[in-house]
Amino acid sequence: MTATTTSARSELSELGRSETALRTFLHGLPGVDQVGAEQRAAQLGTRSIKTTAKAQAIDLAIRMVDLTTLEGADTPGKVRALAAKALRPDPADPSCPHVGAVCVYPAMVPYVAEVLRGSGVHLASVATAFPSGQAPLEIKLADTRAAVAAGADEIDMVINRGAFLAGRYKEVYDEIVATKEASGDAHLKVILETGELATYDNVRRASWLAMLAGGDFIKTSTGKVPITATLPVTLVMLEAVRDFREATGRQVGVKPAGGIKTTKDAIKYLVLVNETVGTDWLDPDWFRFGASSLLNDLLMQRTKLTTGTYSGPDYFTLD
Amino acid sequence: MSERVAVRKTYKLFIGGKFPRSESGRSYLVQSSNVSLASRKDARDAVVAARAAVKGWAGATAYNRGQILYRAAEMLEGRRAQFVALGVPGDEVDAAVDRWVWYAGWADKLAQVYGGANPVAGPYFNISAPEPTGVIAVVAPERPALLGLVSVIAPAIVTGNTVVVAASPSEPLAAVTLAEVLATSDLPGGVVNILTGAITETVPALAAHMDVNAIDLTGVIDTALATDLEVKAAENLKRVLRPASADHDWFADPGLARMTALLETKTVWHPKGV
Repeated sequence: MTATTTSARSELSELGRSETALRTFLHGLPGVDQVGAEQRAAQLGTRSIKTTAKAQAIDLAIRMVDLTTLEGADTPGKVRALAAKALRPDPADPSCPHVGAVCVYPAMVPYVAEVLRGSGVHLASVATAFPSGQAPLEIKLADTRAAVAAGADEIDMVINRGAFLAGRYKEVYDEIVATKEASGDAHLKVILETGELATYDNVRRASWLAMLAGGDFIKTSTGKVPITATLPVTLVMLEAVRDFREATGRQVGVKPAGGIKTTKDAIKYLVLVNETVGTDWLDPDWFRFGASSLLNDLLMQRTKLTTGTYSGPDYFTLD
Repeated sequence: MSERVAVRKTYKLFIGGKFPRSESGRSYLVQSSNVSLASRKDARDAVVAARAAVKGWAGATAYNRGQILYRAAEMLEGRRAQFVALGVPGDEVDAAVDRWVWYAGWADKLAQVYGGANPVAGPYFNISAPEPTGVIAVVAPERPALLGLVSVIAPAIVTGNTVVVAASPSEPLAAVTLAEVLATSDLPGGVVNILTGAITETVPALAAHMDVNAIDLTGVIDTALATDLEVKAAENLKRVLRPASADHDWFADPGLARMTALLETKTVWHPKGV
């Protein structure tokens, strides 16, 4: 550890103290070359991954899935079924790995916790007035504490986009810090809702803001607005976590969520991770997919590779 | 003034209402033209397109399906000269148009003939109605290329099924041109998907595919291949139509058998009165 990184580190940790320091730092980040980012993401999307590499990628992607249901119509029975699927995605094949986590609303956490206890599958809960985040801070923190108390070991919080877009970075920062404190030992995933941030520059600033405030993961979207995860946005976020680790030594995970429906999409993301931040992030502890229908496609492709015949949606559970 | 350079046509596949090249990028020379050589993955893509189209097509009213089929017959008639130029005899084109119109007429009549009220000894009605089977894989007869193709596609789709057809490998031009007819006749994309190329490459994948509900082996000549395909089809209990006999007369009255073979029967019980 050199003297410069130590001093850089303490400088970064001081940023949260004043609105001006935060603004100066975030607006001092280099701008994103929009055309370049989109071109780079598109180019990496053309890689062809076949046979054994594909089989490996599929198993890794299954382990990275945060199997999600965030509907008003969720019932205890439905989330229990989903948790059972998380443990054994393909009941016909014991060699199929379990998924990374199950992600539900706080009210559904106790039912999922019963099923997942001791299995190694994490239990994530959205909190802080998901998906809009438009609630008073005390309510957001109470929401978070309730989810943790019910058994969630990962909290997916939403940032206050209203404050972020209005330029009140300190307010956003303080909310993340407070939520991190309220989550205790639970991992904190910070949802940036990139579909509402409008520009890649904002995505980069929000990523840094979330990491400076102590987020363990940065996540693209809630899945509740029309624009969800895209490859270029994920590229910008991956570059941010890479640069953040260089500056501070702390590694932060990335979770694209929403709109990732096919095995091909998932493999494109894995290629992007490998080429941008390297194999350190190719692990369920550092990269996750927020998805629901993706799992069935991964399972169908997995079945195709093991049996040689194309499978159909009739043979996997609908969720 | 330079001389005009002729625009030569590449005959492509017909999947989901679009005309893509083969995913493999391959083509083969047949009937002095370049025709796409479909791969296993094209077959898979075609099944995905056919499955996506089932809901809309099976859910359309029988009357509407009949109208769309009739429209296809009109378009086919309008392209008569083009088919003749491809080497299809004029009387075969006429027979294909007539065949198409004949099946179109059956769209809203088959339920009366094939379904109906069942007599029961109780205070309720009991009604049986035909329902489409779903996604059908079809091996079109080698010859006659146009009439044979129409005679296997029309009876499958008129009742609400969607099809993935392996066209005649030796005379595929009529099939691709028929696809152009269908693409301009209000038929929703994905209801008919046509693959050109080697049957031995695409059809085994279709026969084994778990998301295909029935397979029509009409055009399979090789008996060993037919047996192999039936074995593959047994995995998910597909309905199987056996290969046609070598001397089958495609100009003869086809009867209802091809339509009814690809139907399920739904029976409902309904209480009577108060």
